[in-house]
Amino acid sequence: MKAAPFEYFVADSIDEVTTGLADSGEEATIIAGGQTLVPLMAMRLARPALLIDVNGIGDLQGIDLLAGGVRIKACTRQSDALKSTIIGERLPLLAKALPYVGHAQTRNRGTVGGSIALGDPAAEIPLVATALDARITLVKKGNSRELSIHGFYQGPMMTSREPDECITEILFPQWQGEGRRGTGFQEVSLRHGDFAIVAAAAQISVGEDGVCARASVALGGVSGTPFRISAAEDALRGTMIDDPALRAVANAVDQAVDPQSDLHASASYRRRVAKVLVERVIREAAREAANHAAGDAP
Amino acid sequence: MSRAVFGESVKRIEDPELLRGEARFIDDISIPSMLEAALVRSPHAHAEIRGIDAAAALELPGVHAVLTLDDLRPYLLTEFLVVGLPSPSYKQERNRPVLAGDEVVYVGEPIAMVIAEDRYIAEDAAQLVEVDYDLLPAAADCRDALADGAPTVHKDAKDNLLAEFSMGYGDIDAAFGKAAHIYSEHITQHRGGSHSIECRGAVAVHDPGTDQLTLWVSSQMPHSTLRVLVDMLGRDENQMRVVTPDIGGGFGPKLVVYQEDVAVSVAAIKLGRPVKWIEDRREHFIATTQERDQYWEVEVAVDEDARILGLRGSIVHDHGAYTARGINLPQNSAESLPGPYEVPAFRMNTKLALTNKVPVTPVRGAGHPQAAFTIERLMDRIARELGLDRTEVRRRNLIQAQDMPYTRPLKTRGGVAVVLDSGDYPRSQKDTLERAGWDQFPARQLAAREEGRYIGIGLANFVKGTGRGPFEQVTVRIGTSGRVHVYTGGTAIGQGTKTMLAQIVAEQLGGDMGNVTVTTGDTAATALGIGTSNSRLAVTAGTSAHVAAGKVREKALKIAAHVLDSPVEDLEFDGAEIHVKDRPGRIANVGVKLGELAHAMAGTPGYSLPGGMGPGLEATEHVILDSKAFASGTAVAEVEVDIETGGVVILNYVLAHDCGRIINPMLVDGQAIGGTAHGIGNALYEWMGYDENGQPLTTNLADYLLVTATEMPRIDLLHHCSPSPLNPLGVKGVGECGVVPAPGAIISAVEDALTPFGVHIDRAPISPPEIVALIEQGRERS
Amino acid sequence: MSEKRRVSLAVNGTAYEETIETRLTLADFLRHQLGLTGTHLGCEHGVCGACTVLVDGYSVRSCLMLAVQAGGSDITTVEGIAPSKDELHPLQEAFRDNHGLQCGFCTPGMLTTLVEFLRDNPSPTERDVREAISGNLCRCTGYQGIVDAALDAAQRLKGQDRTAGPDGGESP
Repeated sequence: MKAAPFEYFVADSIDEVTTGLADSGEEATIIAGGQTLVPLMAMRLARPALLIDVNGIGDLQGIDLLAGGVRIKACTRQSDALKSTIIGERLPLLAKALPYVGHAQTRNRGTVGGSIALGDPAAEIPLVATALDARITLVKKGNSRELSIHGFYQGPMMTSREPDECITEILFPQWQGEGRRGTGFQEVSLRHGDFAIVAAAAQISVGEDGVCARASVALGGVSGTPFRISAAEDALRGTMIDDPALRAVANAVDQAVDPQSDLHASASYRRRVAKVLVERVIREAAREAANHAAGDAP
Repeated sequence: MSRAVFGESVKRIEDPELLRGEARFIDDISIPSMLEAALVRSPHAHAEIRGIDAAAALELPGVHAVLTLDDLRPYLLTEFLVVGLPSPSYKQERNRPVLAGDEVVYVGEPIAMVIAEDRYIAEDAAQLVEVDYDLLPAAADCRDALADGAPTVHKDAKDNLLAEFSMGYGDIDAAFGKAAHIYSEHITQHRGGSHSIECRGAVAVHDPGTDQLTLWVSSQMPHSTLRVLVDMLGRDENQMRVVTPDIGGGFGPKLVVYQEDVAVSVAAIKLGRPVKWIEDRREHFIATTQERDQYWEVEVAVDEDARILGLRGSIVHDHGAYTARGINLPQNSAESLPGPYEVPAFRMNTKLALTNKVPVTPVRGAGHPQAAFTIERLMDRIARELGLDRTEVRRRNLIQAQDMPYTRPLKTRGGVAVVLDSGDYPRSQKDTLERAGWDQFPARQLAAREEGRYIGIGLANFVKGTGRGPFEQVTVRIGTSGRVHVYTGGTAIGQGTKTMLAQIVAEQLGGDMGNVTVTTGDTAATALGIGTSNSRLAVTAGTSAHVAAGKVREKALKIAAHVLDSPVEDLEFDGAEIHVKDRPGRIANVGVKLGELAHAMAGTPGYSLPGGMGPGLEATEHVILDSKAFASGTAVAEVEVDIETGGVVILNYVLAHDCGRIINPMLVDGQAIGGTAHGIGNALYEWMGYDENGQPLTTNLADYLLVTATEMPRIDLLHHCSPSPLNPLGVKGVGECGVVPAPGAIISAVEDALTPFGVHIDRAPISPPEIVALIEQGRERS
Repeated sequence: MSEKRRVSLAVNGTAYEETIETRLTLADFLRHQLGLTGTHLGCEHGVCGACTVLVDGYSVRSCLMLAVQAGGSDITTVEGIAPSKDELHPLQEAFRDNHGLQCGFCTPGMLTTLVEFLRDNPSPTERDVREAISGNLCRCTGYQGIVDAALDAAQRLKGQDRTAGPDGGESP
């Protein structure tokens, strides 16, 4: 299991990356953490002609609290994100999800942007990004654009990133306003650290009266991309997050998912587990909100 | 005074090098001018080969050769590896060719060996070798393979029945005729691969000057590898040496002699350069033998008191495409079905079906876990049908301690009587239940249900024949350095063999573990050797070591008596010397070093040996032990099932085991726990999937699930000790024991947790989606 | 032919300047170019963890990193864990005393993983340890001896100056 030969270019700046991509087009592949790419190369399922290594670019690393939210530069290691107090305090949903991403050794190399770029429909970081309406910055030679995560994913492992574009940062907007916040994250995988079969994420905001003011509910592993279930969110808003509301949520999930069967789980299993996990993450978020003082982060 | 080391948890002599990264595994061997090999393997389960074009591969810089069967033939007396254990039950002889000729019969079968400067280039070139295939229909499922009109695994075959045999005793028809109740079960069992963390590998060196061929190979059985090479290459033993370096786990499939071992040897001779081949993990999934599917149909006849009157049924066993070992695996399964229970009448028929998949040979447990699972499923069934506690049904049927040794009117594959040599099975069950809090479980279960949690408990008893004979060679030698050297034909695959043998030998020769070195798995060190399998080394090699060390001790004392002019009774071993015991009237601590004794016995030209004794200070033993020593025990598992996701968590796991006298408790615990982990995998995780065309589906360690630290519960061990009367140490094997009861106990517990849904489980492994499906079916029924 | 790069790096305290084929994994470089065969390859696709080494103090799967990417890094392999030729690291001692290894093939990855883990988590629970090594496969031990060794080592390390070990210093 040895990789086929390739050209190798170490980029020192984002400009060098975009120039390299512009010159080489689809022949080139960016290598960040390499935790997915390198095994595919070892199996010769991926045979890039040119690797552009972005690991040494300082401008691609760091976690910052901005007015609009938390900005995570694309080449930030997953382990650094896990240790970040900014993420711990401001993005508790992401903080809950990160321990499920691979194992300590892969998080030490794997990057937040790499996971976003790959677009595995069951992956944790894209799911949280979806739940939190993240915005992706893509840069190409002489141009840059910001895209909503919604629509960024086109299908399993397919994104709207052009071959000459590089993801530079991901902005996780923070919820503004009053209310008690709560988050929930759960997944079903075959073993600890495995790819999720189904993963669910929820963030809610509850008023002093206990009524749900805002809700974001998202699922991974039950469709070609992670997605928010707006009908489920609608069913929660304005309720006390009680059993009837959760029944309505379950119906909404049932309608919204379009799971496929694979080696490890049937479509019907995924559908069933999706409903279970959504209920569990909403209950988890509601419990947490009930325990939070108003105005607490997030 | 000599220190006692037998029976102590002494530290392993293997560890320091392993911990420092200084051990030498097969891929750590590097020899100047060595080339590296990669294989071109069949991507098809069944195809005819119309041609092989290596031209593009040979043009690649750094490529030295692309060898096909045609290139190897001039070096071979036969192109087939003839390894099948003898049996009258074969219907077809299906030996593996060293490389495929005009037909490939499984995905992964080697077709050509590419040899290059390094592995990277070899893999580049392997991709450039073009093989022209004509696809043929494949037989994937072993039951379908036996159906009329099924595609044949080999194009020249008329069907896929590789072998068929029956075994039994007693009047089975009468037993079923008088039964109060008869229950039948259809049980599907699957075990996967071995997945030692080190894959296989071989390095061959040929010295044209001396015409010596040395093969380093990560093998459990180097002596059988040597014999196969002798047969195939037509060379004599003196021109060949097979050596095992440190081995990163075996678990069964490394007892097989493989095509690559032979091809690498021929390549080294042909090219005049050392050649290394290291199996990668993807190859391990498709080219190393596995233990896959067995379909059991069984019926049990019981009287009104739930006592078994008779047991009968049939097994269809997935043999794979070739015979890489024999009929041994399903023979073990059928033979061990009665387990620790009294079964007055017994009859099993077993069919081995060829399939277009990599050959099947034993993985740790070797057919025994499937037998234990089947009998334990039947026990649970009887209990459920008759409204008895599961423990009570077993208690009524267990063989009693006073009936030991217990002869079961069956013969092993080698014609040896099956005699359960010792053990107290009822006590094992009783103590395990007590430790696991079985009687208090209903209260725990009730409390959990009130919280909406579903917990269950299950048990399984087992016996496991260990120490398969006929012998293992051990030489014990005191060298002129004063050090004690032990040589054995057994191989060390991680089980602590060197420490175990050093303990047995040191116990008699001074008690200093640090003064003992152990050499394993080298055909130049021992003429005879069988190797590592069937939890056999403590019994076979241990016994030979014990007897040999005793003879060396006796001789050393006699020589010392002569040298010290003191009666033997007054002498004692102490570390690396023998001295006069401290007693009144004697000059204490007058002694002689073992090295001096060895010097004296090495002989001096023209001088007589001291005391008129024979030369040397060594003994070689191959104590014959034909009968197996039966280890036994009980496992109780307590689990929680998430009824919405099907997830299973093992909350508690108690294993009682009895492997006779224990040489090193720490090592025994390690084997028992490690085996249990493998068994948990077989119950809940490990599945080597194939599609209907014989394409393997799970060919990486993300899809094929090995148990990790987070899935493993802490194992609570109980030790019993029923010394085996069959060997002077009273020992039994332990390496495979933990595996055997685990699927039975765990599945029983899962089923128990799901009692409210009327779930009945007839398979192992079982996955969360399958559990959810069973719950749904149960809900629909009720 | 694969292209080559000149790379400087330190391994177990020794500085190297090497010409490295770009496609060579860090694992193959350590094993075959530097002859440090203590780092083992069990799967070459990033699941088994046997090849784990410390890169600048962080545990990394060396089969998933190109050797050229390690330029400028300070690498610790299993050969660099023990303080000297005659002594074992307390973690290695604990592995021996608790039967944390059988065939020893996964051991280098277990040790390097746990060196980092115990540095960052000096008082772990059993569950913490199990999660820490959940990316390291062992087929022999059932993990119990390894978990016990890690917990034991945590106690031993508390009793000594933690800056003494190769990676006992500040977290980078």
